[in-house]
Amino acid sequence: MKALVSLIAVLLLALIAYAGASVPAMRFLFGVVIPYAAFIIFVVGMVVRILKWASSPVPFRIPTTTGQQKSLPWIKHSTIESPSTGLGVIARMALEVLFFRSLFRNLKTQQVGDGTQVAYGEAKWLWAAGLAFHWSFLIILVRHMRFFIEQVPAAIQMIEGLDSFLQIGAPLFYMTDAVILASVTYLFIRRIGIPQVKYISLIADYFPLFLILGIAVTGVLMRYFTKTDIVSVKVLAMGLISFNPTVAETISPMFFTHLFLLSVLFVYFPMSKLVHMAGVFMSPTRNLANNSRMKRHVNPWNYPVHVHTYEEYENDFREKMKGAGLPVEKE
Amino acid sequence: MAKLPKPEELSKIDLTPPKTDWMDTPVVFKEGMFCHGSKPKSLEIVGFPNPREWRPADADWKLPENWKEILLEGIADRLKKYRSFRLFMDICVRCGACADKCHFFIGTGDPKNMPVLRAELIRSVYRKEFTTAGKIFGRMAGARELTVDVLKEWWYYFYQCTECRRCSVFCPYGIDQAEITMIGRELLNLLGLNIEWIAGPVSNCYMKGNHLGLEPHTIVGNLEYMLDDIETVTGKRIKPTFNRKGAEILFVTPSGDLFADPGTYTAMGYMMLFEELGLDYTWSTYASEGGNFGFFTSNEMAKRLNSKIYAEAKRLGVKWILGGECGHMWRVLSQYMDTWNGPADFLEVPKSPITGTVFENAKSMKMVHVAEFTADLIKNNKLKLDPKRNDHLKVTWHDSCNVARGMGMLEEPRYVLKNVVNNFVEMPEDTIREKTFCCGSGTGLNASEDMDLRMKGGFPRANAVKFVADHYGVNMLANVCAIDRATLKALMEYWVPSVGVCGLHELVANALIMKGEKERTTDLRGEPLPGIEAKEEKA
Ligand code: HEM
Ligand code: SF4
Ligand code: SF4
Repeated sequence: MKALVSLIAVLLLALIAYAGASVPAMRFLFGVVIPYAAFIIFVVGMVVRILKWASSPVPFRIPTTTGQQKSLPWIKHSTIESPSTGLGVIARMALEVLFFRSLFRNLKTQQVGDGTQVAYGEAKWLWAAGLAFHWSFLIILVRHMRFFIEQVPAAIQMIEGLDSFLQIGAPLFYMTDAVILASVTYLFIRRIGIPQVKYISLIADYFPLFLILGIAVTGVLMRYFTKTDIVSVKVLAMGLISFNPTVAETISPMFFTHLFLLSVLFVYFPMSKLVHMAGVFMSPTRNLANNSRMKRHVNPWNYPVHVHTYEEYENDFREKMKGAGLPVEKE
Repeated sequence: MAKLPKPEELSKIDLTPPKTDWMDTPVVFKEGMFCHGSKPKSLEIVGFPNPREWRPADADWKLPENWKEILLEGIADRLKKYRSFRLFMDICVRCGACADKCHFFIGTGDPKNMPVLRAELIRSVYRKEFTTAGKIFGRMAGARELTVDVLKEWWYYFYQCTECRRCSVFCPYGIDQAEITMIGRELLNLLGLNIEWIAGPVSNCYMKGNHLGLEPHTIVGNLEYMLDDIETVTGKRIKPTFNRKGAEILFVTPSGDLFADPGTYTAMGYMMLFEELGLDYTWSTYASEGGNFGFFTSNEMAKRLNSKIYAEAKRLGVKWILGGECGHMWRVLSQYMDTWNGPADFLEVPKSPITGTVFENAKSMKMVHVAEFTADLIKNNKLKLDPKRNDHLKVTWHDSCNVARGMGMLEEPRYVLKNVVNNFVEMPEDTIREKTFCCGSGTGLNASEDMDLRMKGGFPRANAVKFVADHYGVNMLANVCAIDRATLKALMEYWVPSVGVCGLHELVANALIMKGEKERTTDLRGEPLPGIEAKEEKA
């Protein structure tokens, strides 16, 4: 049901863009006004979100230790899983962000035997699909930079070369296109297929999946099937970043649909779970060194509290203490 | 109290979620799954709000008129104070990686025990009150109104989380439900919604220095009993000191070890070890609690209780502090104590007087875990050990959650263990070290009225023990946690009756050859040592 609502929402959005962009007068709206607005909302929204997080302090040093602490010199210290230095933290974070280290640990709890025993099986599909999805997303994003730069840099050309090394089709087929479609589809299928995951899912979980699928599908359609005037698209893109955009008549409605869905994603990003992209870097259970015994961590709002002092304690128990032969401060 | 079902019944767990959406599935308070409400006196002693008689199963919780306002202000305040809270409210993608990692979910199948849903209980209200999307789209955006029913749901499920952090290990962003539960319980405490099993020990600890409310003479008396037992076993009379100024080391351990077996055997173990070393140390009756149940109520309360340790170290003029075996105690000491009540610049960097080893890893907070201390002794050949005395035991090792995931002490106790026993078997890899399973009764849930919950929550731990018991004949579950020693005992009696529970230093003391001791015929529990009966028969 929630999935259906999300799907319909995305289809509606696509339809609006397609129909709208078919009207020549609206092209400027879809090609220029909305993308600008979306970009501004994205940037401002993300900055606000990050500042909000940053404005709350980290009062305690609370890394989740997933390896051996640094203690006696002859005990092998797990420098990444339980980092004691900034460098270790950087390595730990790099593994998290680049390779989804924690997700790699994933296990599947299974009832075995007569159902009265449990065992834990491998469960790497979420990790694999998540990684495939994010990396292909990133590569596709980087590839798109070619539209915004007059002389396509060698680095981007190299990525394009690698991505299309299969050398099939014309235009050359990019592997990441297939990977992103497959991985997003998998993420969706597991969301409705695994009962627990389905149970926790909100519209806010299906919507971005369909949105991204929509962006990818329209992109793929444009590139391999319906075609559009790619030269004019580049002119538009270059115009957008030099604040002098021109929207050519020859650009197809499919392109505007692609662009509009992307704009929706940009607007949606800062007010949704997608902010995990920035948030992961600030997670105190991951980005702090496990060194709170070596180096005092300061809490900016630490305040004095009421305590029950030794003096009060002795006053309560002096006679009993003396009776038990315990030393006291005051006779 | 409802009768506890048989293990065969309790282990039939249905992990499929109900038909109705979780927001439309009202919370049902099931007998045996929750603890008694806090008594007014326990709250009054420490000045917690809304002290009154109340019962969780009652419809009317006698909340203050403006309860909702108090809670929403409380949330706003904590969003400002804790980046963790604000971030964890925003970034969960509901991937479900944490879902089946919680022992309470595995043991109950209740979807609201999936860490992600436990967080959603409060996140849904956060969305409604603190985010634009939630305000506009309401339920479509996963937002919901804070009502009395929602409040009850919080209470029920935040007292079905032991803050063990296992979920946080698996989450791609490290979202730590323990952190959210801590804040959730802190909010509940604003309305006087505590459980007596926590509130009682907290007020005891505040006034008397320890959770059990042992008064100074009782502490001395309890230790005397143990000293008698030590004399019976070793022929040696030990005379520990209390509240002694000028001692080199202050020793602090959870009071549970002074009270009931098998914890008492561990306490005997400490005293035998320290005696053998001739350690210049003192107990304190004022700082007579290493654990901290305040940690399960509010940050402030935890700090108030914790303050005694440094204060007492200062008053007695010791050089550094040695800490006993406990789980949450060491999370608090490692990650909070120095920040709350430091800097402890009146102490010296801990240095073992026996080996000369300087504990650089504790150079700021100045407190060493006894397993670190003993591992160093063994490494430097300072102890005469006869592991054969533990040959009647096949031991497996339970990593306590907090020590594993809030400190990272994994190898030290294993090193000690391997030197004091000959038979040591690890449980399956996915159930130990950073992936260890909780005993199911942590964070003050070790009461007697919530046995169903405890046995269900402890099921994954027990299941792993059963595996090594069945396959390798394991008969002893060792650990470094006072709560474990009490709770695992009940858990084993229920699920794996052939397995006993002990602390690390009980095994150390069994193996320890002391100067001038008589030939030992029994272990600390008074059970004959392996080979002894046979010997006697021959003679
Ligand atoms: C750096 C560490 C990151 C991790 C561990 C991570 C992990 C995840 C996971 C587990 C999902 C959920 C998949 C699902 O079950 O539906 C997801 C979704 C998503 N992530 Fe990331 N992500 C990271 C960074 C990023 C970055 C840098 C971006 C930037 C584009 C990003 C964009 C997305 C998007 C658009 C989705 C949407 C798909 C959905 O809603 O399920 N992520 N991410
Ligand atoms: S693993 Fe983390 S991101 Fe995934 S559902 Fe659990 S808390 Fe949310
Ligand atoms: S902290 Fe432990 S008990 Fe609490 S939700 Fe996470 S796994 Fe469950």
